[in-house]
Amino acid sequence: METPAIVCEDLGKRYGTVTALNGFGLVAPQGAVYGLLGPNGAGKTTAVRVLATLLRPDSGRAEVAGFDVTSQPAQVRARIGLAGQNAAVDEILSGRQNLVMFGRLCHLPADVARRRADELLGQFGLADAGSKPVRQYSGGMRRRLDLAASFIVAPRVLFLDEPTAGLDPHGRNEVWESIRALAASGTTVLLTTQYLEEADQLADAISVVAAGRVIAAGRPDELKSLAGGDRIDVVLREARDLIPAARLLQVQLGAEVSLDHDTRGLSVPVTDRIAALAHVIRSLQDEDITAEDITVRRPPWMRRSCT
Amino acid sequence: MDAWVITRRDLAHWARQPGAVIASTLLFPVMIVLMFGYLLGGAMTVPGGGDYRDFLMPGMFAMTMVFGIGATVAAVSADAARGVTDRFRSMPMAASAVVVGRAAADMLNSAAALAVLAGCGLAVGWHPHHGMARALGAFGLLLLLRFAFVWIGIYLGLTFYPNPEAVTAVRTLEFPIGFLGNPFVAISTMPAWLGAIALWNPLSSTVSAARQLFGDPIGADPSWITSHAVLMAVAWPLLLIAVFFPLSLRRYQRLSH
Repeated sequence: METPAIVCEDLGKRYGTVTALNGFGLVAPQGAVYGLLGPNGAGKTTAVRVLATLLRPDSGRAEVAGFDVTSQPAQVRARIGLAGQNAAVDEILSGRQNLVMFGRLCHLPADVARRRADELLGQFGLADAGSKPVRQYSGGMRRRLDLAASFIVAPRVLFLDEPTAGLDPHGRNEVWESIRALAASGTTVLLTTQYLEEADQLADAISVVAAGRVIAAGRPDELKSLAGGDRIDVVLREARDLIPAARLLQVQLGAEVSLDHDTRGLSVPVTDRIAALAHVIRSLQDEDITAEDITVRRPPWMRRSCT
Repeated sequence: MDAWVITRRDLAHWARQPGAVIASTLLFPVMIVLMFGYLLGGAMTVPGGGDYRDFLMPGMFAMTMVFGIGATVAAVSADAARGVTDRFRSMPMAASAVVVGRAAADMLNSAAALAVLAGCGLAVGWHPHHGMARALGAFGLLLLLRFAFVWIGIYLGLTFYPNPEAVTAVRTLEFPIGFLGNPFVAISTMPAWLGAIALWNPLSSTVSAARQLFGDPIGADPSWITSHAVLMAVAWPLLLIAVFFPLSLRRYQRLSH
């Protein structure tokens, strides 16, 4: 069987009293774009820092490209690239000088490093800005240079920590294009993001991270259809009750109710599912509407975290 | 070699921003020489006799080494805060290259600053009295002190990089360190308790040693530590290196904790 590009088993990391990773587990196959989706403070960046050999985990283990991140960091470093929140470029040097420097640090001979720098500047749409100091670059250009620097020796695994954070839509689209091009070349990409839209745009598979662990994993469309949170589903006995019941729940719960005439079903998103359930049952009874079935539907990551 | 790539990066900075380099490392010390030498110098007498500008120049050389601490701290903390250090650490390069390259760049920078300041000294009438060999010995001791300050700077930079205010504070402490020693005034003019602090300031031994080797006035100081200034100007930096070299390497390794 093919070695997975990334394996995390039960990673734990604490900073003083703050638990950043708590049983973090993940397996990413080779050649895919893998998204880590979660809010600020969920542990995404800590996970990337562990995988990029920048941070030692307190417990658990992780492998990148088949090498252990704590006992074989040199082998891991030779096979990864890192860009985004945690990687940066020199502001005073030009884009070309940055890429030549990082190329030399990847042990390319001087002439090869210069040629590679020019190739990358072209590939990332920075050819015209190559000799300008990075200070004069726009946010999007800077991130693209950052990506280029992580791609000097085409890495087996590329870590992108919130690669579009702080960019305007134009800059974000530019960076997305670059990431797609990198992924198309066969590199495994692990990217972190706070936005389902970004994960949906780029990733083949997504892990949802909260409180230092992966609480759900799946394809973007699977997660997207359930991203709204808890819902209450009602199936009515009589089709003629459908419209009055929908209007009733819409008024009572103040939320958009979706109808399915074929199944006589209603579905409504709720915030406090227990209180809302009691409310739905009582309201229907008061109006003499009979329900065949009432269920609370939780998003898959919430179901997983309860087991 | 990886460290040389990192050093060359700093040299490229000079080429990219000649204005900033000239202003910070070259113009500033020259300005201080002129200010102390001419503006305040008229009111200064050196105990035991001698010209104040001759007394001042070794002090200014040493102050240039002290100003280097802030430069090291600023460079190290900026790289750590902006993530440049993390990028280096995620690359397949020698782990020591980041600090060794930094140290080499700072030493080159300080050697250049010393050369400019020496030229400035010659222009205002200062010159070594005891020959080339001793003069080079004096510059060697000054650079040895700078080498010790490199490791203090790397340690402070890696410790304080999350707090830009602390990095600024280090810079504002440079002058007090100088005034609590003998670069500008002779220790014999100070109250006894202040003089004791100034005497045991490692900076003072280097300044006294440089004054002896250049043949400049030393300001009538009969203390043991000043009579053995050359010995102390070797011992103090070695002691500082023995403490801060391992501390700064440990800080660097602790970045992964």
